[in-house]
Amino acid sequence: MSKEPGTSVSTTGSRILPTSVSQVGTITKYEILNYFRSRRFFILLAIGLIISGIFTALVAYYGVSNVAPCLPSTCSTPALAFYSFWWGNSITFVIVLSGIFFGGDAISGEFQNKTGYFLVANPLRRSSIYIGKWLGALIASVIVLAIYAGITVGNGLFYFGANVPFQFVESLSFSILYLIAVLGFTFFFSSLFKSSSMSILVTAILFLFAFSLIQLIVANLVQIEPWFIITYGSGIIGNVLMDTYPTTQPIRGPGPGGRDGTTYAVTIPEGIMILLVYFIATAILGLVLFERKEFT
Amino acid sequence: MSGPSIEAVNLSKRYGSFLALSNLSLKIEGSKCVGFLGPNGAGKTTTLKIFTDMIRASEGKALINGIDVHVDKRKALSSVGSLIESPEIYPSLTPREALSMVSEIRGLPRAEKRKKIEDVVSEVKMEEWLDKKVGKFSKGMKQRINIASALLSDPDVFLLDEPTTGLDPRGMAEVRDIVKSLKTRNRLIFMSSHLLNEVQDICDEVAMIDHGKLLVYDSLSNVTRRASSDGGNIVEIELSREIDQQTVNNDIASLANVSVVERPDPKRIRIHFSGGIQNQEKLLLDLASMKIGMISFHPSTSALEDTYLKLIKDTL
Ligand SMILES: Nc1ncnc2c1ncn2[C@@H]1O[C@H](COP(=O)(O)OP(=O)(O)O)[C@@H](O)[C@H]1O
Ligand SMILES: [Mg+2]
Repeated sequence: MSKEPGTSVSTTGSRILPTSVSQVGTITKYEILNYFRSRRFFILLAIGLIISGIFTALVAYYGVSNVAPCLPSTCSTPALAFYSFWWGNSITFVIVLSGIFFGGDAISGEFQNKTGYFLVANPLRRSSIYIGKWLGALIASVIVLAIYAGITVGNGLFYFGANVPFQFVESLSFSILYLIAVLGFTFFFSSLFKSSSMSILVTAILFLFAFSLIQLIVANLVQIEPWFIITYGSGIIGNVLMDTYPTTQPIRGPGPGGRDGTTYAVTIPEGIMILLVYFIATAILGLVLFERKEFT
Repeated sequence: MSGPSIEAVNLSKRYGSFLALSNLSLKIEGSKCVGFLGPNGAGKTTTLKIFTDMIRASEGKALINGIDVHVDKRKALSSVGSLIESPEIYPSLTPREALSMVSEIRGLPRAEKRKKIEDVVSEVKMEEWLDKKVGKFSKGMKQRINIASALLSDPDVFLLDEPTTGLDPRGMAEVRDIVKSLKTRNRLIFMSSHLLNEVQDICDEVAMIDHGKLLVYDSLSNVTRRASSDGGNIVEIELSREIDQQTVNNDIASLANVSVVERPDPKRIRIHFSGGIQNQEKLLLDLASMKIGMISFHPSTSALEDTYLKLIKDTL
């Protein structure tokens, strides 16, 4: 076949496509580019900075030993008390916000805004779109988390020098795991809906109120270990920062006639298991749903 | 190597209990433009969405170049450029970025990418907007970028769902010209439309659909031929200069097979003639040799329109 300049040779059905993995990479790349241009990313970043700012001001104004006291009887390292106060009290909120911001309408938005139609008729698997978008959301969230962690550590270094407790590194790893599980869940949830605002609203209610509420009711009133709730699994993030890791313990009801009960504390292996199972189950469900979804 | 092809095999689609597409079988092969003509709600978009695996068929299958779209979407769509409904592009991206994404997904060589994007964007006359955010674009501008996206990887098969909708008259004409230019490049074009004159202007063949059923698939001239119940045909010719009634009556009316000649205006005549395609060819030759300034010769719109309306009415 001779090739003339300026004419394209017809090659029916024999175009060389990139691998699915590299198509995932392309989707991720442009998803992140889109995030960096979006208001949402900067709002989340601003929220992270505001929370950091409030903590920084609290610590500076009241003094680190007052806001994160380390009593000799129960506390071995003041630095740990500091990280527990800061990171332990706030990071799950930041993670949940990332999940809502980046995952809440990740799939439903593609339908509502019809942006999904631009990609889906191209030669790539639907799962590549889903995974690519998920990785994009994960990377964008990790960036926000990294900035937040950077400010936390910055303060820690300022007050306690270079001895960052190893528990903080553990807690950070669990935070990433929780983020992965939350994004898995929100992506799955967003593929149940075809309306952006509806799916954001429902995920926000679930993560900001419903899960904690169910956990509270199940643990305190029904008195069962709430191992089936994702937020219970995320307990390891804060627990690991405590001087002595809390354990499940029987408690005596107050006064005569008070009921006896149990306070539940998730162990590290249990927590990891809960988060992993949440991630795997919701990732599979989300992929199957998206694969079957009709672009009507 | 055989030419590009698309084939629907007993395609049906149900939305709940509503049958939107009923046992559609259609095979199109080779480089040509086929108009998929039908009124609103006929099932055109449904068909094209099955061909791009955007929705699943309830029964039957859709093949592109012999490959089942639902079984191996990547392979089946690797040489397909499509425009189904009006997709939106992420508003914060520019056409250059959005088209880069598509070209990376489709594996355009890195070295060609930039030039190719600039080429297709200028083909849809959007070069000034190449680096502006899509969010500010009008519907018609977005549609042009969508068309550019379909052209990007030089596919063999084009699946276009009412590509001119949402465009102003000039935009419509430009898009029609783009589609026409694709015909010269050895492509199979399957283009839906509810506009008869659009199909007639662009396409070689027509597949008519209504109420989810395929009514006819044939060449435009054959379908036109069915219009006249007496087996006759009508062609319209346009002239560069005026023709007088006398020439019409004496010279044209006396040509072989011609039954009636009308002269709606001095530069246009309608000729009714009998017989088939050979007679039409002879008529064209005769007219050309008369040197009356003929600049176009085509089957009458009204004849095809009759067929269209008649076929649609029959399915009611
Ligand atoms: N998601 C849907 N649910 C129910 N009915 C639908 C849906 N999509 C299309 N239809 C119906 O299917 C028929 C065919 O629609 P469509 O293929 O869009 O027609 P066309 O593109 O020819 O105008 C119409 O009657 C339409 O109302
Ligand atoms: Mg339609």
